[in-house]
Amino acid sequence: MVHEGTATVKRGWFGSLANPTRFSALAARTIPWLGGLSAILLAVAAYMAFFVAPPDYQQGDTVRIMFLHVPAAWLSMFAYTLIAGAALGTLVWRHPLADVAARAAAPIGASFTFLALVTGSLWGKPMWGAWWVWDARLTSVLILFLIYLGLIAMWRAIEEPARAARLVAILALVGFVNVPIIKFSVDWWNTLHQPASVFRMGGPTIDSSILIPLLVSAAGFTVLFVTLLLGAMRNEIMRRRIRSLQIRQAGATSSARAS
Amino acid sequence: MNHLGFIVAAYACGVIVVSGLVLWVAIEHRRLRKRLAEAERMGGRGN
Repeated sequence: MVHEGTATVKRGWFGSLANPTRFSALAARTIPWLGGLSAILLAVAAYMAFFVAPPDYQQGDTVRIMFLHVPAAWLSMFAYTLIAGAALGTLVWRHPLADVAARAAAPIGASFTFLALVTGSLWGKPMWGAWWVWDARLTSVLILFLIYLGLIAMWRAIEEPARAARLVAILALVGFVNVPIIKFSVDWWNTLHQPASVFRMGGPTIDSSILIPLLVSAAGFTVLFVTLLLGAMRNEIMRRRIRSLQIRQAGATSSARAS
Repeated sequence: MNHLGFIVAAYACGVIVVSGLVLWVAIEHRRLRKRLAEAERMGGRGN
């Protein structure tokens, strides 16, 4: 028999998080700090976006939409990459929190994808003269949004959680093919959407007066995403605990009736 | 400020989405905590 303390040491800090109760306790401790940090970063980012960053020489003040659009677009892909990683965790390692993480990340990822699409459209109308164009970048992001909705619908449609986890994990991995398509669509096809200007070979092409507020905003949104993810994972763990208690209770009631 | 309406609409949308997510997590947490306490009180824990 392995003493729990010894097992924890052997599995390490990350392994110990596989215990949902321990994870929930850690989430409860970190959520207020991360929430506070994201609020500070987002407040600084908003100040920089409106009072520090100059109007762009071509876009004018419309460039201020980018401080919202770009982090939302990054997070839409980051959340899906996390879901794909969690799908591997479900299928290969059967990690107890993998499906919890994926299920919690999906609505948050879908929301940021929606925000990226709407803010992109609100930028596109004054800059391109169109709310929407069927360009490879825009279309692939729309497909990402539909994949998110598909994953959420599938989780809801399948009653048995373990079966739902496996099927959704397979769909999530298949859908991951869309993420590199989104990233490289601007290089592979002749798109109206501009090519990468921050993460690219040869460094960013944006002036630091706009790049720094953009990075602060991205940091704020990323910390916010992690905070929301931890909160949603803690909720999902509680939801599963309630379900198992109810099943156990129903079983106990029916066996008591039978005897 | 040029195109002010588009900028305001984009940030309003951002505020709605972010506060929606924060409220969703917080309200769901409160609701589930109540339901869990109820399920434990109904005797689920001891079985």
